[in-house]
Amino acid sequence: MQALSISTVSKTFGTITAVDALSLTVERGEMFALVGPDGSGKTTTIRMLCGIVKPDSGTVTVLDYDVQKQKEEVKRRIGYLSQRFSLYGDLTIDENIEFFAEIHKVRGYKQRRDELLEFTRLTPFRDRLADKLSGGMKQKLALACTLIHTPDIIFLDEPTTGVDPVSRRDFWKVLSALLKTGITIIMTTPYLDEAERCSRVALMNDGKILLTDTPAGLKQHMNGEVVEIVCSDIRRSFALLKPNPSVLEVQAFGDRLNIVVRSAAADVPGILSFLASNSVEVSDWRTVRPSLENVFISLLTDRREA
Amino acid sequence: MISQLLPIIRKEFRQIRRDRKVLAILTVVPAMLLLLNGYALNFDVRNITMAVYDGEKSSQSRELISSFITAGYFEYTEHLTDYTAAQSMIDEGKVKLVIVIPPDFSRQNMTGRPSSVQLLVDGMDANAATTIIGYAQAVVQQYSQTIILENLTRVGKKSYIPVSYEARIWYNPEMKSAYFLVPGLIAFILAITGVVATALSIVKEKERNTIEQIDVSPVTPLGLILGKMVPYALISLVAAALVLIAAYFLFGVVVKGSYILLFFSTLLFICAALGQGLLVSTISDSQQVAFQIATLISMLPTMILSGFMFPISSMPLFLQILSNITPAKFYLVIMRSIVLKGVGIEAFWDQLLYLSIFIVIVVTVSVKRFKQRTV
Repeated sequence: MQALSISTVSKTFGTITAVDALSLTVERGEMFALVGPDGSGKTTTIRMLCGIVKPDSGTVTVLDYDVQKQKEEVKRRIGYLSQRFSLYGDLTIDENIEFFAEIHKVRGYKQRRDELLEFTRLTPFRDRLADKLSGGMKQKLALACTLIHTPDIIFLDEPTTGVDPVSRRDFWKVLSALLKTGITIIMTTPYLDEAERCSRVALMNDGKILLTDTPAGLKQHMNGEVVEIVCSDIRRSFALLKPNPSVLEVQAFGDRLNIVVRSAAADVPGILSFLASNSVEVSDWRTVRPSLENVFISLLTDRREA
Repeated sequence: MISQLLPIIRKEFRQIRRDRKVLAILTVVPAMLLLLNGYALNFDVRNITMAVYDGEKSSQSRELISSFITAGYFEYTEHLTDYTAAQSMIDEGKVKLVIVIPPDFSRQNMTGRPSSVQLLVDGMDANAATTIIGYAQAVVQQYSQTIILENLTRVGKKSYIPVSYEARIWYNPEMKSAYFLVPGLIAFILAITGVVATALSIVKEKERNTIEQIDVSPVTPLGLILGKMVPYALISLVAAALVLIAAYFLFGVVVKGSYILLFFSTLLFICAALGQGLLVSTISDSQQVAFQIATLISMLPTMILSGFMFPISSMPLFLQILSNITPAKFYLVIMRSIVLKGVGIEAFWDQLLYLSIFIVIVVTVSVKRFKQRTV
């Protein structure tokens, strides 16, 4: 059964086309990520899915309900976590959850609240005002509030932006545990490492989806190979390789460089000798699995050249 | 519907309890206003300081001076020996009034010619000056009458004053400003709690983005608006009651008319104020802007254009028309009718009608705008 499907949905704000004839389907039980740079239309898409933004054209169906025509049915079955922290800072954790339980008409929410607090490990802080929580705790509270009415789908708009790395890990553990309960999770994220944890990923740019696939499947689309080179004088090597025609992309990481080439077997010997002729010592090199970031950048470059 | 409202009302009360800014607006401001306006805003002119330059020093001039003193409004401070001192007395603000009696004051009278006294009045406060001249005129006239009567009696004629008048002041016989001001003050306080606090509380939801969470919940826009308004309506009613109670103990203001009429008219006015607050919340996205706009459209017009302090009938036509932007204008007439006159609905049903029209317009516009927010 499909969790949601949108077909040829567009939305413009003034002269800016935020979402351009987008189509997408997500199955039940998936953890699906919309990935793209700022301004690529991720947030507008997720807001249209929740019924907060009305599309100019196209249809949005969530859980077999038309989002525009059957708003009430949809609202009862979805949870939405917006990009900015959106809870009542002057209410405690308990009171925030209570409020969202009541407006969603959840009867006997107390047991569910205790479960959620236990699940997000917020129980010891339940009487603390939301404003006095750390970024990670706020985000977990917001998640607990979106889960109080046991929705079938939750929409998370950049849930870990501005959250420290430890809390991010913690948040992801909660999400993984949640996925096991059969819920469908749709999220947007600017972090490609987070997208790798999802079952499927849609890469977005300029209001369009470039590709939708599993993280592994996306890597098949990679045009070329990624080679890691450990060498001396990283900065100078970087400057040397950047204009080299056989190097499609260079990135510097501490004591090594990651370069993208069309074919490792064909291009690497030439590059090594080029570096040697410039008196750069290469101590080691190997081909590595491309990251989503490599894939995404390669896709964007292909598109620009096309 | 009720099941939608209750959680919002409960949440709203919790937030009000914790938000110092709103708490201050709701409690300290009305208390301060009542005390400030009740005591300092006093249009009564009493204890007018007065100096006299008596150029004649006759029994008649002394009689005139003593009739000023016994009139009760004037406070005799100084007897000037030098006419030029009169100017410095007023310049330095030592006295508000100088009476100058010419050297030939009684002599003129004896020969049957009119004589005149000069009144030098400090006109810095135009209203007070008008009142002072009025009082002085009355004293001088009274004195002239006695002279006429004396003269007629002396020549053996039976004397009488052709037309006399007896003034009776209704509704506020002691002419206390407080009686006049307290109804306006209640309108003013309700404008603050209603317009400012409501606007702030709705804009806060926008500012903190919590409104989006409500958008994706089953709560309808109307449910949210009503849920927000009920707590502030209740608080406003309590504030109004407290002001009335305080006005009774501090200034002895008693409600002469029906409390039921007072309650329902006040509720109607509160609805108008809440409607204005809602309108403000639809045109501003931050609490700061909301506060400024709310103050601009509620407190200022209530203070200046509603007839609270300045009578509308003496404003230029343009301002008289503009005065309709403040519902306090209608409410003030109603309040004064009920509190001071103690009259029934027949005296102000038209004002209730205007107030209702105002509410319908403001609420329709703002609910429409509020719903448009979700694009």
